[in-house]
Amino acid sequence: MKKRKQIEEKFFRVLMFISTNLIVIILLLIIFSILYKGLPALSWSMISQTPKGGFYFGKEGGILNAIIGSLYLSIGSTLLATAIGLPVALFMNVILVKHKRFIDTIRFFLDLLWGIPSIVYGAFGFTIMIYFGIQTSLLAGIITVTLFIIPIMVRAMDEVLKTVPVGLLETSLSLGSTHSETAFKVFLRQASPGLVTAILLSFGRAIGDAASVLFTTGYTDHIPTSLGQPTATLPLSIFFQLSSPIEEVQERAYASAVVLTVIILVISVLARLYAKRYQKHKINF
Amino acid sequence: MKFRIGRHLRSRLHLIWMIISLMIVILLPFILGIGLYIKSTLLLEDKKFGELLFSSDWRPLSGHFGFLTFAISSVWVTVLALLIAGPICLLTAIHLTQYAKNWVLKIMHPVIDILAGIPSVIFGVWGILVIVPFISKVIAPMFGVETSGYTILTGAIVLAVMIIPFVLNILIDVFKMVPDELKEASLSLGASKWQTIKLVLLRKAIPGIISAFGLGVSRAFGETIAVLMVVGNVTKIPSGIFQPGYPLPALIANNYGEMLSIPMYDSALMLAALILFFVVLVFNFLSRVAIVRLEKHTS
Repeated sequence: MKKRKQIEEKFFRVLMFISTNLIVIILLLIIFSILYKGLPALSWSMISQTPKGGFYFGKEGGILNAIIGSLYLSIGSTLLATAIGLPVALFMNVILVKHKRFIDTIRFFLDLLWGIPSIVYGAFGFTIMIYFGIQTSLLAGIITVTLFIIPIMVRAMDEVLKTVPVGLLETSLSLGSTHSETAFKVFLRQASPGLVTAILLSFGRAIGDAASVLFTTGYTDHIPTSLGQPTATLPLSIFFQLSSPIEEVQERAYASAVVLTVIILVISVLARLYAKRYQKHKINF
Repeated sequence: MKFRIGRHLRSRLHLIWMIISLMIVILLPFILGIGLYIKSTLLLEDKKFGELLFSSDWRPLSGHFGFLTFAISSVWVTVLALLIAGPICLLTAIHLTQYAKNWVLKIMHPVIDILAGIPSVIFGVWGILVIVPFISKVIAPMFGVETSGYTILTGAIVLAVMIIPFVLNILIDVFKMVPDELKEASLSLGASKWQTIKLVLLRKAIPGIISAFGLGVSRAFGETIAVLMVVGNVTKIPSGIFQPGYPLPALIANNYGEMLSIPMYDSALMLAALILFFVVLVFNFLSRVAIVRLEKHTS
């Protein structure tokens, strides 16, 4: 009897070990398979040129339009989302701090929003565009992606601001600062490393999402020069090139996937470094 | 004196900025839902919702919009993805919270974070590169089936990998919520570590586990691009996991261009988006409520 129990524990421990390793292996497999297929096709002209005539038949050109387009789109939407998300997170943690019920409701709300698929935002953004007669453009994309990343950003910032001790709030208020000053001068500074990490995280979401920009941003071979123009994005460029039957174009899709993966990995590393490095500026209690 | 007025004015403005932003965030889901509903009324006035949902007749050009094929594909892919990801997440979460040494955690944290941050189009590319040939050359022949590899199962595997970091993170939090005293009490009564995990930890965490899976389902249900790339997109009710499928999000994404000319078609796709929105919201709501309950219960 005792032996059976031990065997059972052994058995499950082996399974646990396997599944933990499986996750690591899957991640490595994803990264290596993308690099293996994409690196040979990656060249300088790929990332320094816009598509030339016949690009989609395997001729000259690159995906600079998509790289720049994606950067414009995600920087724009991250800035806009920060302008809306940061005050909400501060409001929750500085001004509403006494109203536990209300904060919990807002948090619950944000968690609900967090899970709404990006394609729903895309479809919604599209209907709004049609309603106002706006065409697919950088601006429409920025607005849609902003709506999509706001809940993610606010929730991440909220987790950071939650850890700021109440003592700091009380001290700041007792020295005669207003609530707003406490929020924007004291809390902002104290929590800045975590907030930057939250912003980078949202930036990563914004640059990687395809379904929300599919309807709203359109696609073009040019680098946009104004907010009203359609804009190419990296995820869509990968998606479109991969659906081509021509092999050279598919190869380029893999190369574009390398570019996107590298951008995401860099953001992730930056977020970690930033969080660690600026930890020391925090006031400790 | 001038300085003080400026200062208070600025505080006031900051406060207004904060309140307006909060209003935007709170109104967002309502505007989303209402907007999609208004767009879909055109179709709903014409046909009953039940009729649309239980008809598999999808011929948009002649005005037939039956969602059954897509709904069934979505359910297949989602359920299968959860069946694959669920056990892996559960085992890993127990390992990481109960057995793993510190250095393992130090490796696993960034691994989970990076996996969570990978864009869905990259998962799609990986699916085409690795999973599609794996299914068509290895798995399907094992069952004596011939397929291109673009199947329900392929979509489910890719989806499973995508929801793993998400579900795993929640499960880890859930297991951490179970108070140590309970485990200690069980250990001091002579139970082995595994018995304690099985009879105390898992039993206590069941509501949390269910809600983690519920959130995984809602995540999987709405995932678009990665699934669209590997699932085959054939408008036919799938009869097995080696058949191609056509889930709802893929339907919306694939037809966004052509729907413009036909108002009814446009309306049908917006209804599809509304169904997605609603299903995800319900799953999310129930799971979150269960988690909040668990938090209150254990603290």
